[in-house]
Amino acid sequence: MEHRLLFKDYNAALKQNKLLGLKCEACGDVAGQPGMACRKCGSTDLSIIELKGLGVIQSFTVMNVAPEGMEARVPYIVVLVELNEGPWIMGNLSGLSPLDANMDIIGKRVTMQQTVPVSDKYSGGEVCGPVFALAAS
Amino acid sequence: MRKVAVIGVGMTKFSGKQAKTAVELFSEAAFDAINESNVKPKDIQALFIGNGLGDFEEGQAQIQAFCAESIGAFHVRANRYENACASASAAIQDAFMWVAGGFYDIVLVGGTEVCTKMGTPLATRTFAMFSDSRYEYPCGITFPGVFALLAHLYSKKYCIPLPELKRQMAQVSVNSHYYAARNPKAQFQKEITVADVLNSLMVATPIQLQDCCPFTDGAAALVLASEKMAGKLTGKPVYIAGIGQASAGNLATQREHLPHLYARELAAGQSYAMAGMKPADVDVVELHDCFSIASIIAMESLGFFPRGKAGEAVLRGETRIGGRIAVNPSGGLKAKGHPIGATGAAQAYEIVKQLRGECGERQVEGARVGMTDTLGGDGGTLSNIILKRGW
Repeated sequence: MEHRLLFKDYNAALKQNKLLGLKCEACGDVAGQPGMACRKCGSTDLSIIELKGLGVIQSFTVMNVAPEGMEARVPYIVVLVELNEGPWIMGNLSGLSPLDANMDIIGKRVTMQQTVPVSDKYSGGEVCGPVFALAAS
Repeated sequence: MRKVAVIGVGMTKFSGKQAKTAVELFSEAAFDAINESNVKPKDIQALFIGNGLGDFEEGQAQIQAFCAESIGAFHVRANRYENACASASAAIQDAFMWVAGGFYDIVLVGGTEVCTKMGTPLATRTFAMFSDSRYEYPCGITFPGVFALLAHLYSKKYCIPLPELKRQMAQVSVNSHYYAARNPKAQFQKEITVADVLNSLMVATPIQLQDCCPFTDGAAALVLASEKMAGKLTGKPVYIAGIGQASAGNLATQREHLPHLYARELAAGQSYAMAGMKPADVDVVELHDCFSIASIIAMESLGFFPRGKAGEAVLRGETRIGGRIAVNPSGGLKAKGHPIGATGAAQAYEIVKQLRGECGERQVEGARVGMTDTLGGDGGTLSNIILKRGW
């Protein structure tokens, strides 16, 4: 059985600032990343959908110590975002000084603005991650 | 299914940078366990070993074969388990099944790791490999970062203001160092204060350096035997009363359960059910305090305290020896040290020693039932083992 959505295609779309997900045709649950089976009901009847990239910050951290190869990014903000379509996704937050990242940003609306491509000798090629910004209120 | 006992345990001193290889460390722990069990290396029928990152530490994969050769358990079945920081616990559980199923009577389990050989930058990169390389790695997440996300989520969900939660977290680290100072095999032998924690380097807000476990070299090993064999070899068998293990996808996929880790709910439930026990039956627990907040979250999922309440219990002293549940009398990952592939075996080592009453100043008096709790990655593996006195 073939995948409906491969990492390769998800990643290529993300590089174009398009966030793809999978909608379960059986139960309606939406996943924010590729997979063979619906995480809620196990169905493999999945369709690719484009996620709008809009959501709400559920948690955050300001990273002051980075893994090898990412030292130049320090300090940077990592967020867990609940997308409007339902799934949670991990990404970065730009446009806000890390000094201003405190508990008050939990619950704030964000939009996916761009993506960050990273790679090193272990990553098996370039991998993109979503970068969010606080939505204009 | 046959009953399975731990009949001997061994553990190296846990430390920062040192000169021995991962095979040498394991062999030393293994021989201590073998000698304590009144068996010979030739009596070992199979070896199950946890090793997380040997490939990067010494350029050594398939370490299990060389460990078997080194200890004189020549040509036995030897398997390596890679379940991130829960590798040795996964090894123990599989070894249990081989003996419980009747295939072997005496097996050796354990784990070994020389994390410090990587240096901090590579160690941070390779530890991050235990999170999702496709959907988490690009944003630069690390494990302090994962637990930082969970700490902020915890503060929000349970309406505990961050300064209050930080005070609770700091006390977790203070307790760990207190007990490690009474454990000759612990990496850190020094007590610390709440102020020490709150003044330490900010790693990933709100996690500070003294909220974090260190990088550690070390090994631990246990000999498991069938009930019949255990009866011949020791007067103090410690039985594996319950086991449980579960998996989960990356952190974002665990959304509705966070900050608690769903795999722990499952694994703990399985182990309690198998043992026919409940949280109140446990006298001592060695749980996965890779970060101070992780300890608070674990205590709640294991059923020792209601959700949102474990931190208060820590401040009230309920998690110290003599309190409601003795948590991490070894010093835990925070202060005993965290040689990832060996950690689950070291937790079981401590529980066996506690049940035998051999822990000196840090002894939980009269302990009859103990539990281990080992986490791999950001909830990818969760492994629980309940042990009980067999005499």
